[in-house]
Amino acid sequence: MKLAVLGAGAVGRSVAELAGEYGHRVTALADSTGAVVNADGIDVASALAEKDDEDSVGESAPEEALDAEYDVLVEATPTTLGDAQPGFGHVRSALERDRHVVLANKGPVAERYADLRELERDSEGSVRFEATVGGAIPVLSTIEDYGPDTISAARGVLNGTANFVLSRMAAEGLGYEHVLAEAQDLGVAEADPSFDVNGTDAALKCVILANVLGDREYSLDDAEVEGIAELPGNALELAGEDGRTVRLIGEAGPDGVRVGPRLVPENGTLAVSGTRNIVQLETDHAGRLNLSGRGAGGPETATAVLADVNRL
Amino acid sequence: MSDDASSSEVQAYTVRLELVDEPGELLSALEPIAENGGNLLSVFHERGSVTPRGHIPVEVDLECPQDRFDALVSDLRDAGVNVIRAGAERYGEEVTVLLVGHVIETDFSETLSFIEDNAEASVADVSLSAPGGTSEVASARLRLAAETGTTGEVVGTVREVAERKDLRVVEPLTEMEESA
Repeated sequence: MKLAVLGAGAVGRSVAELAGEYGHRVTALADSTGAVVNADGIDVASALAEKDDEDSVGESAPEEALDAEYDVLVEATPTTLGDAQPGFGHVRSALERDRHVVLANKGPVAERYADLRELERDSEGSVRFEATVGGAIPVLSTIEDYGPDTISAARGVLNGTANFVLSRMAAEGLGYEHVLAEAQDLGVAEADPSFDVNGTDAALKCVILANVLGDREYSLDDAEVEGIAELPGNALELAGEDGRTVRLIGEAGPDGVRVGPRLVPENGTLAVSGTRNIVQLETDHAGRLNLSGRGAGGPETATAVLADVNRL
Repeated sequence: MSDDASSSEVQAYTVRLELVDEPGELLSALEPIAENGGNLLSVFHERGSVTPRGHIPVEVDLECPQDRFDALVSDLRDAGVNVIRAGAERYGEEVTVLLVGHVIETDFSETLSFIEDNAEASVADVSLSAPGGTSEVASARLRLAAETGTTGEVVGTVREVAERKDLRVVEPLTEMEESA
């Protein structure tokens, strides 16, 4: 398949780099300021080298990537809230051209799910977004395979940065600020980690889960969200004395969407450590399913994107 | 089938008895329990306190199959034992929460009594950590004993008092926890 990749951050880069390995060809690659387009396939390595040197993948205007020749548009621009632009507009352009869309950008799926599905209904193309929930973990495809009607609820640890901070705080007895600074040094936390530590990122993923599982549309505004910022180390100590620990848990179920720090058994399934993510699906006929793995990162998320491409 | 299974399930009960202060009274009170397949958990014999009628109150915690409990109580009564209260154990479940914030400055004992007064719960255990002194952000771990099936309401009451005092609550993840 021919792929147009929008976004040249960690995920977009990795998709472009790994596409060949999965038997696909990148015909366009764009970042916010430029693009490189070639119907026969672009030279990914030189485009990315150009980005490193010149801060942009190419000389063409970014919009040209949207008009390029491709079968699948990979939307990997940064997640935005509210109207989810410009990502949503990119998706619209591709579907109106009857092309497929694979999203790594959570915005359109979390904030405008009904609009997204309506565009898809009117298009020959289809929309997939495995990469938006749990990175490399096949959460949405499992729900799709089992049938959303047979899964009553989903919950889990869906933000690696918050989980890293909480597990380090508990293991080392360190304070929140200290561990967050360490996470930033290690590249686990971004320079502005607010989306991760205030629960927004996990909430967006749970909203997407609720949209897929439920019969009504959810958006971030429907979610009850509390983050982990400023949680004192002694709270984790007290939890530990009682065989428990604290994790940022997201829930999507019949009662809606909720994200917040919760007490869980210290050695329980949900108490994953470091940046690992886990999702539990409550099935009607097969009990609980635990899916865990790497929930973020360029190659990890690109793996989910390319798996989606292969499902088209 | 499922009804049979649940009625033969063993459950904990607290039975409050009043005994005449005579030798052998306690023993004869306990016999019907064993005869009905009950398992004694504890006997609290309030020797010091006497009821207005001159009897000695005894609280007995026991476990027995649900379908045997009524027979057990009527056997006790047949044996001449005065059964004051009989029913499922008052506090059948426990729930642990963390409170974070100015826990101590906001009158911690009032927080605890609010929970006990407004929820059908008793505070079973409290652990406090205030490394920065009483005026700094502190944390408290509360273990609350609640009536079976009411832990949701108990947590609701904790949230209510926490909101009033601007404290953060870290709630337990309950309903799916047991098989995790």
